[in-house]
Amino acid sequence: MRINFLITIFAGLLILSFSMNAFTIERFPPPQFEGEYVRPEHANPMPRAGAWPLIDSALLLSALGLASWLIHKKRSRKSIFILMVFSLAYFGFYRKGCVCSIGALQDISVFLFNADYTIPMLTIFFFIAPLVVTLLFGRSFCAAVCPLGAVQDITLIKPVKVPAWLEHTLRYLAYVYLALAVWLAVMGSSFIICKYDPYVAIFRRNANMNILIMGGILLVIGFFIGRPYCRFLCPYGVILRQLSRLSRWRVKITPTDCNQCTLCEDACPYGAIQAPVPSYPEATYKKDKKRLIILLILLPFVLSIGAYTGSRLAPMAAYTHPAVSLAEQIWMEENRDGVDSTDASVFFRASGETITSLYEHAEKIRKGFKRGGYYFGGFLALVLMGKLILLSLRKKQADYEAERAGCVSCGRCFKYCPKEQESRMLKIQEKGGVSL
Amino acid sequence: MDNNNNDKKKSRREFLRDALRGASLMAIGGVIGLGLYRGKNATYAWQIDPYRCSTCGKCETACVLEESAVKCVHSYDVCGYCKICFGFFEPQPNAINEGAENQICPMGAIKRNYVEDPYYEYTIDESLCIGCAKCVKTCNGFGNGSLHMQVRHDRCVNCNQCAIALVCPSDAFKKVPVNSPYLYKKGDKA
Repeated sequence: MRINFLITIFAGLLILSFSMNAFTIERFPPPQFEGEYVRPEHANPMPRAGAWPLIDSALLLSALGLASWLIHKKRSRKSIFILMVFSLAYFGFYRKGCVCSIGALQDISVFLFNADYTIPMLTIFFFIAPLVVTLLFGRSFCAAVCPLGAVQDITLIKPVKVPAWLEHTLRYLAYVYLALAVWLAVMGSSFIICKYDPYVAIFRRNANMNILIMGGILLVIGFFIGRPYCRFLCPYGVILRQLSRLSRWRVKITPTDCNQCTLCEDACPYGAIQAPVPSYPEATYKKDKKRLIILLILLPFVLSIGAYTGSRLAPMAAYTHPAVSLAEQIWMEENRDGVDSTDASVFFRASGETITSLYEHAEKIRKGFKRGGYYFGGFLALVLMGKLILLSLRKKQADYEAERAGCVSCGRCFKYCPKEQESRMLKIQEKGGVSL
Repeated sequence: MDNNNNDKKKSRREFLRDALRGASLMAIGGVIGLGLYRGKNATYAWQIDPYRCSTCGKCETACVLEESAVKCVHSYDVCGYCKICFGFFEPQPNAINEGAENQICPMGAIKRNYVEDPYYEYTIDESLCIGCAKCVKTCNGFGNGSLHMQVRHDRCVNCNQCAIALVCPSDAFKKVPVNSPYLYKKGDKA
């Protein structure tokens, strides 16, 4: 009858547990042992830390340096490809895609806006090192170090050209993604870049259905459209793209002089090779000048419209914050009939915190979101106007050149240049390998 | 690069580029400086606050690792060493013994050892534990709550955004300093 007794206790305690906070109760006082029994200590398995951050930083730095050397000096697509495979294996599959420079962007923005938030030096280093290298050598990071870029570059089978207007429109998505990621990270909602990383499922061979579907679709698109994530979504790529405009050295298609043979014209799967731009015809110059003036006059208006729209989007964005969505849930349960409780609301009611304090907390977060919304909308309006303004500026260009911002330094175009072939032949001849 | 060409436009462009590059480098230096000044190289790790855990069981399935990094741990100074343990036995066991059909743990990861009358010690074999929190739920509900969940840092890969923290209904995941990454329950007397 011991079992019946047990069932009775269970039933009694079950009723009890509904009525009170069950977490700090000592229902059965811990015993004083008479024998020699000693309570075991906690095992505290520690992280692998130690030398790993140093190894990671050293590998990142040497990969960046090596990539820049291969792109600018050795000019060998094959070597770049090998480095790319290494980066994919180490930063992707071995480190499981974390820590990565793209995600570190969110830590850095929280760090800059929130005085209480501290981040490890490794994260700062992963964010900063590619930026500095980009200011010097262009996007070497995208070329052969970023594991996400490597996945897409390796799986590009049959490149299809994207029309320029579509390319420019889709690129705007990356700015939206960047602004949204910073906004939500700073407000404390979540790190969406990490949450919706499409290729992390491949690195970890494990993901939920949504990410699997999204990653699969992007991967298949990537068979035909080169680096779809890098070009149209990557928020870190947006920063690198702009810094690359300022780079000290840039990728050169030809090792010597361009003779406008047009052979490289279709070499770039990412649409980053610019054809020569002749000097301005008088008529277009006047038209463009007029457009530029109109755009500059419109700029403040568009900015304020953007900021206003951003602030109107704030309530929707605020809903991604756990405290706000919990407050909404509790409000629904209090004021509407037939609303089912969630795990979160059940826990909240058991925790003994008051509903008013939750509402106040949520209201504070909503206000923060509204303030952020002005910047979010303003930034996106600024980017839009910047794009339009750039369209009315024209820079005279004599040769076929890799576009500073769009070029990811993959090195595919080198072999298309006849001058490159010539210099390679000369090198082989110097070594006495082949005589022509 | 030589700037001694006569093309005025081009040299202005180069100058602007150099100036902006310098400004960007200074901004980057500023971020590093701020990191050194504020961070003191603080590294953080994810951990579960046991007093906020709602024992929903999502830790078992939401972790990016195939076998979750979250395991059940036992705080012995909170434990009542009950003979009939709510974290060990099924709510309606056939018999009070170690038979698998009587245990609540689906993996048989909890070991029950006799200490002295009427006390029994319960230890967790973490290599078997899958982090389902079934034992934690009943131990919290009916016992002292000495069984609770913790992120095990020899397994945790320390994701930038913990996948379990995203779905945790009670917001129990915290970032704690990496030097002391555990939040164990402590007894009243301790």
